[in-house]
Amino acid sequence: MRLPCPICGDRDRREFYYQGHATMLNRPSADAGTATWDDYLHNRENPAGETRDLWHHEAGCGAWIVVTRNTVTHEVSGAVLAEKAKT
Amino acid sequence: MVKLIARTACAGLLPKTIGTITLAEIAAAPVTLIAPHRGQKKATSDALKAAVGVGFPAPNRCVGIAPRAMWCGKDQALLIGVGCPELRGTACIDHSDAWAIVQIEGADAVAVLSRLTPIDLRATEFKAGHTARTLIGHMTGGITRLGSQSFEVMVMRSMAGTLVHDLTQAAENIAARAVNAR
Repeated sequence: MRLPCPICGDRDRREFYYQGHATMLNRPSADAGTATWDDYLHNRENPAGETRDLWHHEAGCGAWIVVTRNTVTHEVSGAVLAEKAKT
Repeated sequence: MVKLIARTACAGLLPKTIGTITLAEIAAAPVTLIAPHRGQKKATSDALKAAVGVGFPAPNRCVGIAPRAMWCGKDQALLIGVGCPELRGTACIDHSDAWAIVQIEGADAVAVLSRLTPIDLRATEFKAGHTARTLIGHMTGGITRLGSQSFEVMVMRSMAGTLVHDLTQAAENIAARAVNAR
């Protein structure tokens, strides 16, 4: 498996650390209430198809990236820097 | 006053010749990590260029010979071989003696390194002046191409022994295959 780092280009999966779904970028406000925070922290979709997740290029440039991939076909269709990702 | 004796990172471990390749330590002081603050990269590059003659390198590139500026991460570069000039809007951290830098040279250099790193080191993909932050065995480090059969491999100094061990083992394995092929 290779991931397209926006800075380094295609790199081996071993260079990356997997964090989880990109919903982690949509941090609720501090006063959003316990239900919203519980949802943000613990509940995730389990899609059959396209999903977006956060990876850290820890053995490379050090960037956090949002990778779009397909859980059914295993196709990796793109990646953007997390700081530029539309959440 | 205690007199301290300076030791390089690979003192007592290198140089070595194994099969077609040689391993030698590169002494590269002074070294400074340069990290421009947000939005300051252009200004930092201009100031660097004016002061020492090399600009801030593009990702995965190394520019200049002496001094050199080597990209080493997102918005980070190492300035090697010259004292760090005054740079406004930039974090500058002394990395002299922080790195173990080994030059690997010889006909099998690509074959040896390919046993340790997942990146494509063929000359068509990874040219002179290209550098990469990647894995070297279990370590994170940098690989830079110096010439057609010559590379520079660097890891943090604390892992110098492991770097020499890994390079030695990979080189011995390649050399053993060459013997068997005869």
